[in-house]
Amino acid sequence: MKDFTLNSNAPKGDLHTKWEDYKKTLSGLSPEEANKYKIIIVGTGLAGASAAATLAEKGFNIHAFSYHESPRRAHSIAAQGGINAAKNYKKDGDSVMRLFYDTIKGGDFRSREDNVYRLAELSVNIIDQCVAQGVPFAREYGGLLDNRSFGGVQVSRTFYARGQTGQQLLLGAYSALSRQTNKGKVTFYPRHDMLDIVKIDGKAKGIVTRNLLSGKVEAHSADVVILATGGYSNVYYLSTNAMASNITANWRAHKKGALFANPSFTQIHPTCIPVKNEFQSKLTLMSESLRNDGRVWVPKKKNDQRKAIEIPEEERDYYLERIYPAFGNLVPRDVASRRAKEVCDNGQGVGNTGVAVYLDFKRAIEEKGEQYIKEKYGNLFDMYQNITDENPYKTPMKIYPAVHYTMGGLWVDYNLMTTIPGLFSIGESNFSDHGANRLGASALMQGLADGYFVAPHTVMNYLANEAPAESNSTDKKEFIAAVKETKEDIKKIMSVKGSMVVDEVHRELGKIVWDKVGMARNKEGLISAITNIPKIKKDFWNNVSIPGTDKDMNQELEKALRLKDFIELAELMAHDALDRNESCGAHFREEYQTKENEAERNDIEYKYVAAWEYNASGKPKLYKEDLKYKNVKLKTRSYK
Amino acid sequence: MNINLKIWRQASGKKEGKLHDYRLENVDPNISFLEMLDILNNKLTKEKKDPVAFDHDCREGICGSCGFMINGRPHGPQKATTVCQLHMRSFKDEDDILLEPFRAHSFGVIKDLSVDRQAFDRIISSAGYVSVDTGDTKEANQINVDKKNADEAFLSAACIGCGACVAACKNSSAMLFTSAKISHLALLPQGERERAERVNKMVATMDAEGFGSCTNTGACSAECPKEIGQINIARLNQEYISSTLSGFLKKKNDSL
Repeated sequence: MKDFTLNSNAPKGDLHTKWEDYKKTLSGLSPEEANKYKIIIVGTGLAGASAAATLAEKGFNIHAFSYHESPRRAHSIAAQGGINAAKNYKKDGDSVMRLFYDTIKGGDFRSREDNVYRLAELSVNIIDQCVAQGVPFAREYGGLLDNRSFGGVQVSRTFYARGQTGQQLLLGAYSALSRQTNKGKVTFYPRHDMLDIVKIDGKAKGIVTRNLLSGKVEAHSADVVILATGGYSNVYYLSTNAMASNITANWRAHKKGALFANPSFTQIHPTCIPVKNEFQSKLTLMSESLRNDGRVWVPKKKNDQRKAIEIPEEERDYYLERIYPAFGNLVPRDVASRRAKEVCDNGQGVGNTGVAVYLDFKRAIEEKGEQYIKEKYGNLFDMYQNITDENPYKTPMKIYPAVHYTMGGLWVDYNLMTTIPGLFSIGESNFSDHGANRLGASALMQGLADGYFVAPHTVMNYLANEAPAESNSTDKKEFIAAVKETKEDIKKIMSVKGSMVVDEVHRELGKIVWDKVGMARNKEGLISAITNIPKIKKDFWNNVSIPGTDKDMNQELEKALRLKDFIELAELMAHDALDRNESCGAHFREEYQTKENEAERNDIEYKYVAAWEYNASGKPKLYKEDLKYKNVKLKTRSYK
Repeated sequence: MNINLKIWRQASGKKEGKLHDYRLENVDPNISFLEMLDILNNKLTKEKKDPVAFDHDCREGICGSCGFMINGRPHGPQKATTVCQLHMRSFKDEDDILLEPFRAHSFGVIKDLSVDRQAFDRIISSAGYVSVDTGDTKEANQINVDKKNADEAFLSAACIGCGACVAACKNSSAMLFTSAKISHLALLPQGERERAERVNKMVATMDAEGFGSCTNTGACSAECPKEIGQINIARLNQEYISSTLSGFLKKKNDSL
């Protein structure tokens, strides 16, 4: 590809009125005109389902694809805590400007001002939309919507539906989608994996899918393609993501020319149930709210084999309280996670694996009573006991950080379009709004803002300037070639017939990515990752074993097709982390820290979005989008 | 612990299936039930045999993907628990464990323990929504909802659509599933306008999909991993009767 300058395409003008003013300049289509166009949407979680429903309402014909049997199974469903919105119902001084600032600062000044402001602005419309659909948010006794505070911000702006906010929001978007299915405006393709993107004259015009039941590889054409395919936490093998969450759709787009932004920005949540043994298939998150009453500690002595209750007070290290007297156990996610790793690396970890720390409720139970704790955290304690078979009222919980969200993703401009014209990316799948660290309760907000309120306008504008395809164009040579290539890939994997199961290779990959591109990174480790990941790739292509045939449901083949792309992504993550010689948000480079072991940002050299271009020879090319801050002042975060 | 598995193997809905025996030794009681199946599948794959197909995804009990019969009960022996949240410590050394797919006329077997539950999606898309376009809304707090109703609506909306209710029912009725959605929306002012139409269409679709009738045995609710209550079925019946009655009265008025 030729060199070019990355342009966010954000309109000029006042930050506060920019989006509204911009919308007026966008071209529209009447429902009759829109009816001539076909849109492919891949992924039907919050972002995909909301975009599908809204674009269908505008008259477009939607073809929505998912590897699930139903849109309601998407991983958005597992989000617990809530969704932020600057409604200021609590009259605690919240505003769009404040939510905007919190999000920019939370992202450690590595996100785009224009996008983040628009997100904050649209947050209020999302709540109106969801309530109108019948989403049963928590309410006060007076019948008005309730809010709670979340993740370190000083206002109450989080709307919630018990610990199942993601579920209720997704069911809302799914119901809007179902309504359009009923009207014939949405065709849903269940159990279809997208395996490639097809470009004609440089523009995205379709996809290649594999039917997971019949194994059939097929081409589908459209006038525009929207990827709403989520994040890639599963590159680490173990994460809190659902088992099938993967990078394949985005990676295929990347290989066809879409730049991938900030791939190494991955968020690690500090309070998860630790890995118990080698058979562990996934990790479970325990709400961050537990740190309000739980105290984090490890034994002072290394390799201490005693039970928690046998360790006297004076032999315990309440390290967060010791290092951060002001914030104590309530430091932000990235800080809490990093410190847990540090003590475990130092041999002070607990449990049979030595990779866990205690979260102790003893003092809170003594001071406030067991009943208080039960009322506040009862369901979490039950869940913990169900999984670990230990009673957290009697013995401290064991926790350890786990990967659960990826800020990086496909690079998109202000219109949420990737560097491939006609290919859009929305929700967690793009990189756009969270910078180097996402605040709690902001993922649901972004998915729905993109799907309900941004993409429908910008996609329509794109199509209004594009003639509709005359008919199904899957007989064109580009489609035929892409189908052929996909079939060859599948054939190649099926024919390896080695001795390793897919999970074994994935576990190996996960170990490298977690150790070297996880919570703390350094130059030496990243170089070793770049050297070792190609060995895993070799292992995969020489040793993987897929049973059965590719002509029916074959869950091992599905996993293998995803893993091959995770392996390539992992290498790019290491390149990205190596390029960024600074620490910011979730990206902690050990060489760049203060004397007190805090992140040391370098705004002079690294105040940019790192957008990578794929290169088959293995040396990705970096494009930089310089970030400009006109409305906020760059600051250093401190929690001492 | 050692366990003896008897698993329904069926290559596809068109082929006949039968039970196969598998023995697993030294199973760690602390692993989850699905992790036990992962181990079995890795073993089968290494032996170049076809692994057991089953649906699963979030493994946190919320996506509704997983679900099959364990010793005759949907999601197994533990109350209010999906298969993915069940652990091997719920079983004893040398236990015989029988795994079968959910059996219902409307849930065809896809492969082994995986079934097709898209009939549920068709019930929802027939009318399980509030007809409101994006942006065509008022300020959220202008819609006041009594807290009690909001909480009740939430309990109904907590259904994960796994299909255990249908599998538990001797008539393979989908009344609990359908009534949960109808209750959720009937309890809220937002659902008021389309109330009659909704219950009629959803019940008609449920019948057309071939689900059986409800005889109020309560097996559905007893086996529901999210403890969706039978009161939802009572609400559906109430909605249905009042909509039929109002339809009848309207017709009568129109003909006068």
